[in-house]
Amino acid sequence: MNIQGENKSRNNLIGLLPLWIVMGVFMIGPLIVMAFVSIMESNSYGGIHLKFDLSGYRQILFDTNLFDEMEFNPAYLIIIGRSFLLAVAATIISLIIGFPVAYYISRQKDSVKNILIFLVTIPFWTNLLIRTFAWIIILGKDGVIENSFGFIGIIGDDDSLNLMYTNTAILIGLVYSYIPLMVLPIYSSMEKLDVRLIEAASDLYSTRINLIFKIILPLTLPGIIGGSILVFVPCLGAFIAPDLLGGGKKLLLGSLIQFQFAYARNWPFGAAIAMVLLALIVTILYLNARINRRHEQNA
Amino acid sequence: MKISKTNAIEVQNVTKIYGSGESSVKALDNANLIIYDNEFFTLLGPSGCGKTTLLRLIAGFEDITNGRINLFNEELISLPPNKRPVNTVFQQYALFPHLNVFENVAFGLRRLDKNNDFVIKRSNEVLELVQMQDYALRRPNQLSGGQQQRIALARALAPEPKVLLLDEPLSALDLKLRQAMRVELKTLQKETGITFVFVTHDQEEALTMSDRIAVINQGSIQQIGNPEEIYEKPSNQFVANFIGEANLILGKCEKTGINGICKLQTGHKISINIPDKFNKDDNLTIFIRPERIKINKSKGSSLSQIQEFTYLGNAAHIELLSNGVSVNATLPIDKVKNFKKGDKIEIEFPKSFAQIINT
Repeated sequence: MNIQGENKSRNNLIGLLPLWIVMGVFMIGPLIVMAFVSIMESNSYGGIHLKFDLSGYRQILFDTNLFDEMEFNPAYLIIIGRSFLLAVAATIISLIIGFPVAYYISRQKDSVKNILIFLVTIPFWTNLLIRTFAWIIILGKDGVIENSFGFIGIIGDDDSLNLMYTNTAILIGLVYSYIPLMVLPIYSSMEKLDVRLIEAASDLYSTRINLIFKIILPLTLPGIIGGSILVFVPCLGAFIAPDLLGGGKKLLLGSLIQFQFAYARNWPFGAAIAMVLLALIVTILYLNARINRRHEQNA
Repeated sequence: MKISKTNAIEVQNVTKIYGSGESSVKALDNANLIIYDNEFFTLLGPSGCGKTTLLRLIAGFEDITNGRINLFNEELISLPPNKRPVNTVFQQYALFPHLNVFENVAFGLRRLDKNNDFVIKRSNEVLELVQMQDYALRRPNQLSGGQQQRIALARALAPEPKVLLLDEPLSALDLKLRQAMRVELKTLQKETGITFVFVTHDQEEALTMSDRIAVINQGSIQQIGNPEEIYEKPSNQFVANFIGEANLILGKCEKTGINGICKLQTGHKISINIPDKFNKDDNLTIFIRPERIKINKSKGSSLSQIQEFTYLGNAAHIELLSNGVSVNATLPIDKVKNFKKGDKIEIEFPKSFAQIINT
């Protein structure tokens, strides 16, 4: 028995080796590098000095003033807060749009379903950068929206809606980029939903609204939470939409990190912010896992 | 004395076709039946015969292709399921996994906007009726199959439906539990006075529980009657074969009338009531249940020989070959003690139990 057990665990180890290599090289490795960089001293020509220094983290909260004294600096906290709010807003909007979409698709015939799901995933086939540029054409001055509004006479020739370079533009970009990640998990949990439960509920005098709020919503909760995380997490670190559609006027976490590596040459600071972002996300994932576990105990 | 009965459900010329064009399937073909108030009515038939379709049409889960269904003289089919005063017990129970037992039972009442005190009182009442009051706070997945069955029943009974629809509710239970639930369901029906429409493919279930049975095959209603009628006087070969075991033996009419005579292919000449619509030399099919056949020791030249002898404890099942035609007989064990495989015997078809059957 014991020998068999050992054999088994060794076999498992060998079988899982590719997984460990992939996880190690592509996931854990970069993380360790990042954590390492975040606690080193910065090199103003890019890269780092191999010297332990926590100033990367300190810089998130404190600035050094002219007298070499530490001074509380809320600027980066505000950026974190703003990113957080935008990500939450994008997630809620995606949910409000994505849930009915998933519901609608799940109610179609099988052949239609497959086509619709295919359509939902189509945007993934093109580079995000290019798709975001498309929004500039749509939202921008003399863009698709302004021209159409002008054409039907809602706005004058020289007026502008000033859609670009606003939080709204960023939000539109974020929702557009990540909404498939909301639709797909919700759709998948709706597919698993037993039709007979819907029938039973309508047999027991449920109206359409009752069906959605008393049966479908509670039973697709894992999909809703999964989708929300899939949208929220990339939104929190997004930098393409904020840069292109927000014009980089209002810094967000993703842009801030990218800026530290590409232009400011303060790698440890960029890495430190990335670690803080990671901590935030891990906390959220942990909370989700707990909710899910409770849900599974019930189901 | 004739008791006047109220019609609970009237099914009039109901046809249901799934799909369209070449791939369409006719699930129900011009079905007509009346289910009386307070009745335990069973729709019986093999799987795919259309019995569940009829139930789902009454519940409102399917759109009717043609025809009309009335519930207490009111037209039903234009109403969505949530507006119909009927409730369903589903085959796999379909309990709501995110709600506890109490909330499952209270679900229908809450949707009807009953006040909270009434919901609590009525739900507890129904839970008590199915003896599940101690399980109110459990989740459905913490219950056994039989317990889930009771909750499904309680949930459907709570809003006091005018008609309760049951879609093979016992099929997922093991034999012992199934037999116990049969009795309970029947008692429950008598106690509540609610009309039960029960769908099953199990003929024993149908015979033991029902006031009346409709036998359905390939979308058509074959016969409607009480269990005894269905068993003793099946209207055609399908019903005869589907309910219990049947011997169907071909023969030729020799004389019509009450004391008619039929020459069977088994070589026997039997006395039987042959209606006058038949003529001499017409081909007939004679129906007789295996337990109605009598056998005796052979007195010399016999036509019949025992092919197979199966001991059943309280009875024995005998397969005979008589003049090349196979006949089945089931007899009490003390009547067949002296017989064994290969014996030549005499068989007898008692006049009162043999009848002509439509093909």
